[in-house]
Amino acid sequence: MKLKKNIATSEAGLIFNPGTGDSFSVNNIGAEILAMLKQTNSPQEIIGHLSSKYDVEKNQLEKDMDDFVSQLNDYNLLDK
Amino acid sequence: MKSQLKKQKIVIAVTALNAIDSPGPGMAVIRAIRECNDFDVRIIGLAYESLEPGIYMHDIVDKTYQIPYPSAGTDALYARILYINNIEKIDVLIPNFDAELFNFIRIREELGKLGIHTFLPTQEEFEARDKINLFRFGKKHDLLMPDDKIIFRISEISDAAEKFGFPLVVKGKFYDAVVCNSVDQAEKAFFKLQAKWGLPVIIQEFITGTEVNIAALGDGKGNAVSIIPMRKLYITEKGKAWSGITIDDQLLIDQALKFIKATKWRGGCELEIMMTSDRKPYIMEVNPRFPAWIYLTAAAGQNQPAALVKLALGQKVAAFKKFAVGKVFIRYSWDLIIDISEFHKISGSGEL
Repeated sequence: MKLKKNIATSEAGLIFNPGTGDSFSVNNIGAEILAMLKQTNSPQEIIGHLSSKYDVEKNQLEKDMDDFVSQLNDYNLLDK
Repeated sequence: MKSQLKKQKIVIAVTALNAIDSPGPGMAVIRAIRECNDFDVRIIGLAYESLEPGIYMHDIVDKTYQIPYPSAGTDALYARILYINNIEKIDVLIPNFDAELFNFIRIREELGKLGIHTFLPTQEEFEARDKINLFRFGKKHDLLMPDDKIIFRISEISDAAEKFGFPLVVKGKFYDAVVCNSVDQAEKAFFKLQAKWGLPVIIQEFITGTEVNIAALGDGKGNAVSIIPMRKLYITEKGKAWSGITIDDQLLIDQALKFIKATKWRGGCELEIMMTSDRKPYIMEVNPRFPAWIYLTAAAGQNQPAALVKLALGQKVAAFKKFAVGKVFIRYSWDLIIDISEFHKISGSGEL
């Protein structure tokens, strides 16, 4: 699972797909996850990183991560 | 030592100064040409109506002449251009309206003898991409285009409906399209379009997807000098782009390359593409001139109007290699204030 190479992201959480012209915005944590997805981190690594950094239950984090990744997939932003 | 580069002085005549809610491309073409550092241009506007805003934009258009409507025919057009040329010594003429192109293509050689350069498609290319011939044209060149049925009688609608199902699109010979969900709606659309544009009427297969437009410039030898895909971000009631963004999709670029190669297209054109969810790029329409959003090509680093001027003058133009992706245009309206005397002048003398 990796963000497509051509997808542009900013620290402020803006996402631009140059192939379709679609733009999206995500919050700070979304931006952090995207930055990690650019480094080809696996979801488990990302969850590990976030749970050590934030006060959140692992179950909740896993569920949120699943939702987020599924949205990225729906918008065709991830390499299949 | 200071460089003493001299800019080439040229006189360019441009039509479609109607920068209105559904604008002609003229003002965008001029804007792009004026931004090219290689030229020192005098712009001659060619207008049909006295209220085309460009006539009164004196910083952009140096002088405007009215020209006869396309229905007046080629003799009247040639006589008027001859008169204008005797005063202005036109180097390049860029027509930008679909409806006038046929006449300009027909007098191209005569214009050339006057020293007026054009860079237009041939009559065969122009007719091949006509709405009425589009599907056959696509089939011949292995380009994806929606299936259609050309009809002359209302009784033919039910056959077409059986073939395509609903929804289907009823299109006028020159302009306008109506999406219809029943035979009743299709019949109403048929009468409306027949009254407005005459026969035949085109019944077209309905394709769903994302609408993308491509501005392209062909050198007439099968090579594309420039291809810029743009996705509409905001569409007016008439389906025109009010805002759009340059995008980078190789499939779209390849489709445009294929079109230019197959037709040996000479000049500017706009391909209207519907990209389906399974990534099939259907060519819905081919407009045989620059689109109204053509300035975006200059903003993205491929100044197509300036390149066309160079091609028209016989200069070699290398194909552009890259463009800025994510450049957005947002069209805006502006109330231009003029004195009635200016309106009287263009209306009375046909010049301003």
